[in-house]
Amino acid sequence: MIILGIESSCDETAIALVADGEKILSSEVASQEDIHALYGGVVPELASRQHLEVIVPIFQLCLRKAGIAISGINAVAATTAPGLSGSLIVGDNFGRAVALALEIPFLPVNHIEAHLAANFFPRLPDFPALGLVVSGGHSSLFLVSGPNDFQVLGETRDDAAGETFDKIARVLSLPYPGGPPLEKLAATAESAIRFPLPGVKNSYDFSFSGLKTAVIYYLKENPEADRAAVAAGFQNSVAEGLVRKLDYACNRHKVRSILTGGGVLANNFLRSKLKIWAETKGVELRIPSISFSLDNAVMVAVRAFYLL
Amino acid sequence: MKKITKSPEETKAVASLFAEKLKGGEIIALTGPLGAGKTVFVKGLARGLGVSEKKVRSPSFVILIEHYHGRLPLFHFDFYRFEKGAEIDTTPFEDCLKAKGVIVIEWPERIAGYLPPETRKVSIEVLGRKLRRIVL
Repeated sequence: MIILGIESSCDETAIALVADGEKILSSEVASQEDIHALYGGVVPELASRQHLEVIVPIFQLCLRKAGIAISGINAVAATTAPGLSGSLIVGDNFGRAVALALEIPFLPVNHIEAHLAANFFPRLPDFPALGLVVSGGHSSLFLVSGPNDFQVLGETRDDAAGETFDKIARVLSLPYPGGPPLEKLAATAESAIRFPLPGVKNSYDFSFSGLKTAVIYYLKENPEADRAAVAAGFQNSVAEGLVRKLDYACNRHKVRSILTGGGVLANNFLRSKLKIWAETKGVELRIPSISFSLDNAVMVAVRAFYLL
Repeated sequence: MKKITKSPEETKAVASLFAEKLKGGEIIALTGPLGAGKTVFVKGLARGLGVSEKKVRSPSFVILIEHYHGRLPLFHFDFYRFEKGAEIDTTPFEDCLKAKGVIVIEWPERIAGYLPPETRKVSIEVLGRKLRRIVL
């Protein structure tokens, strides 16, 4: 069973071919560099036209790398929600067209569920599990009772975790995307400023805007502040807040594993905090490798495999 | 009209009152620095339009969040990540204009020159940690 996975919900255009929900035949994500290589020009960062222009060449590249003919595909899956409609529609339409032409099933996939499905290979985790998705656009906590059973426990009430990283990076005059440079700066800190935690008390929900505002005002009131200590304090708060939220959920739901996803998981400080917590808690923690924590199409194909 | 607010809750109350007078078709450009409370203001707008304010969150990453469960549709745009303005063509902004709902835009300065002339301006000035001046 070879599934074609398609992801175009935000900035990345991604295509993957995955066999039996576990064997990656090929996986391509169009970054700005790839687009330059394919088209030799600068493409506006957010143009949904970008998806349209690169989706076919990336698809052809994936087929070549997998060494299969188009007729070898057994089903097509595309992210259809949530995301920006103009971007989603490109992958959705393309996927439906391929499925129609090949007379094979088309499976719509939820982007956030797909992030959690990135934990489903090479083998399924033990269920029930908690799922944490933290990215530029999403911050959600799930109870995952099986490969097709996702229940939202909590979400952010304002900003997403990754968005907060980008905005704090900007006020610290760091480049975009803000996560990696902020982490680097924080690593040089000799101390860390204490900031509020981003969770909503006695709830599964997150709230990052209070933390964002606290950091902004701290910098305003202390213009001479050590930027590294601010970055470290901010990073501490995010990691501690996420760990506490998982702990809170873990104490209320008997789970056997913790699944994670989203670009914020690329932060090594958060990864190690989560690992320490999971060890003391005695639950299995799964963190996909960075390329599968970020937006990709393998996770879409894997999610769809369990829908068939 | 100018209003001084002392808490996010007061900012929401000002926005909610403002929303009750909206008839549909309005475009509101909402300015204010990072952390001023723009999304808080939109939560108040939502409340005034009968949309669950819990559903309102920052659209910085997704650019647009649509709310259809109120008295009027609420289209919440955020152009924080835009640089040139022309990117607006890649969003469903035109479709939202036709829908005669309420369009509220965070970071409208990022698409300056691309907004219709009838756009109304609302600004949030930061006077202190919690103190804000809202100019409507």
